[in-house]
Amino acid sequence: MSDAKNTAKTAAKTTTKKPVRKTAAKSTAKKTTTKKTSFSKETYMKWYEDMQLMRKFEEKAGQLYGQQKIRGFCHLYIGQEACVAGAVSALTKDDKWITAYRDHAHPLGLGTSPNAVMAELYGKETGCSKGKGGSMHMFDKEVNFMGGHGIVGAQVPMGAGIGFAEKYNETGNLCICYMGDGAVRQGAIHEAFNMAMLWKIPVIFVIENNGYAMGTSVSRTSNVIDLSTLGESYDMPSEGVDAMSVEAVHEAVARAADRARSGEGPTLLEFRTYRYKGHSMSDPAKYRTREEVNTYRKKDPIEQVKDVILKKKYASQEDLDKIDAGIKEKVEASVKFAEESDFPDASEAFKDIYKQEDYPFIMD
Amino acid sequence: MRVIQFREALREAMNEEMRRDESVFLMGEEVAEYNGAYKVSQGMLDEFGAKRIIDTPIAELGFAGIGVGAAMNGLRPIIEFMTFNFSLVAIDQVINSAAKTLAMSAGQYGSPIVFRGPTGNAGQLGAQHSQNFENWYANTPGLKVVVPANPHDAKGLLKSSIRDNDPVIFMESEMMYGDKGEVPEEEYLIPLGVADVKRQGTDVTVVSFGKILKVAQQAAEELEKEGISVEIIDLRTVRPIDYAAIVKSVKKTNRLVIVEEAWPLASIATDITYNVQRHAFDYLDAPIRRVNSMDVPLSYAPTLIEAVLPNVKRTIEAIKSVTYVS
Repeated sequence: MSDAKNTAKTAAKTTTKKPVRKTAAKSTAKKTTTKKTSFSKETYMKWYEDMQLMRKFEEKAGQLYGQQKIRGFCHLYIGQEACVAGAVSALTKDDKWITAYRDHAHPLGLGTSPNAVMAELYGKETGCSKGKGGSMHMFDKEVNFMGGHGIVGAQVPMGAGIGFAEKYNETGNLCICYMGDGAVRQGAIHEAFNMAMLWKIPVIFVIENNGYAMGTSVSRTSNVIDLSTLGESYDMPSEGVDAMSVEAVHEAVARAADRARSGEGPTLLEFRTYRYKGHSMSDPAKYRTREEVNTYRKKDPIEQVKDVILKKKYASQEDLDKIDAGIKEKVEASVKFAEESDFPDASEAFKDIYKQEDYPFIMD
Repeated sequence: MRVIQFREALREAMNEEMRRDESVFLMGEEVAEYNGAYKVSQGMLDEFGAKRIIDTPIAELGFAGIGVGAAMNGLRPIIEFMTFNFSLVAIDQVINSAAKTLAMSAGQYGSPIVFRGPTGNAGQLGAQHSQNFENWYANTPGLKVVVPANPHDAKGLLKSSIRDNDPVIFMESEMMYGDKGEVPEEEYLIPLGVADVKRQGTDVTVVSFGKILKVAQQAAEELEKEGISVEIIDLRTVRPIDYAAIVKSVKKTNRLVIVEEAWPLASIATDITYNVQRHAFDYLDAPIRRVNSMDVPLSYAPTLIEAVLPNVKRTIEAIKSVTYVS
């Protein structure tokens, strides 16, 4: 895993210096000679609030999993919050989102109610997938969140297809398609990269590189460990991004979005991030050292934003404490909501399987 | 009535639906500039252009997934597999994506897509190009599986499949593309899930579907000369299966033979057998027989194909055994 720079400032500089690699650089060098964006107070405050919500929500989800309130597989996003928050601020509400199964934070970042996400984790009928999806299959059409997919890498051709439809209908919208560092070794993503680039599909491919595919480190899965180079075979513009910095994420996504909307097609962004917790709730993460985890905690994305807010006096510590208290309340309320909601009625088992309402299921 | 080829019937169905609905497009290997590996899509690139008739690289998993994503996002893709043997590298997108998005999203995102192409033996192509997966796909809730046996049905069923809001597997045959049949000039649709009684009879019911139906028809003609009256039911759709039509016929003939090209284990024939013993047990005068491919991969040599595929001889034997005629 690449060692990205610590502060937002140097991270932005790094990205500007080495925007793209080799073949990709040819076509995109002009586009990526960016000015460093200056972000407003509102943007910083929203980032703080969104990321704190994700963090506190996931911490609560972890606890509830321990209490067996949440069952099945459960993959937490703690540490990776900037990967979503920085993209939300860089895109429009009409853009489409798709990801794999580490998917609680994406709908939260897009504005899905924490109640609906928590209720989904509980398997309740009030969940954003009516209790039919669970942790790995969050969906929310209201905010254009298209799931929540459980087969590693399969969401990548689907993401290209979602973008294909936007291009087909000439909407000017794009699809942002997330995958983990494990997914990049699947054949499906290479087929999707190739066709997306061939057809100039408006899609942003994001690798959330948290260093480990479950327990297997990136370097143990291939000779090619710089994942941002994986687009090169397809001449796809690519960037490595310090994704502990929400500013760097925003800037990279904004550049990729410009490219997509101007008809230049896909971009591959490698978000260098870190998950503080194990792969899933059953993973004690013994394949890495405490020191490694602490290194990343030092450049925690939320702490970085907090530093800027305090330094620039966008808010006081007291203000932030107040925000934190509000978030805590929201999360507690989501638990109460989920607890008090009902499980889906047994009759729901036969609904939403087919659009055809009178489909003749085999009953005997 | 005018007579056209099976491939022309399919082409007409796609052309008509593409003229009717801008969101329909065709994607697959060699569908555009080459005019289709089996000339099903001949001329379509000229009419609809490269935006809607799209050649792909050889990457079934990738373009199947692109199709599903496009379907989730409002389009109606027709994804052509050069044969369904190649659909196996794309089966993850068919089973885990197309068949699941509506259920996992609790109705928020459906997948109105057609995966179509030829299935089964196509004449000395060896083990990897001669397989039937109708029963594999039919096993999966969320999908519909259509297997037409003549040009008329192919056109009406494909039009319905393209308009269907659920994912449809539409299975043809290289050996049927040149078949000719009567197809009306005027527009018509055939609903999915409704079997067709191809031949009225009183002594035995034979259920079949797809190109192997011809074997059942030839057997019926032979047996007519011997005074055995065979009723033939063409399923047309194997998910859902029109069980009611089968049961109704069995209640009349009291005997059932199923002719199917797939391997026997967990086949459509086996499923029908369960259904009939469950719902028409007291009407049966003989054990149900099935005529499937033998339980082995299909080899190249013609003698081995003859020994393995369902044929008229085996079908006649099965019918005679359930009618107790020697």
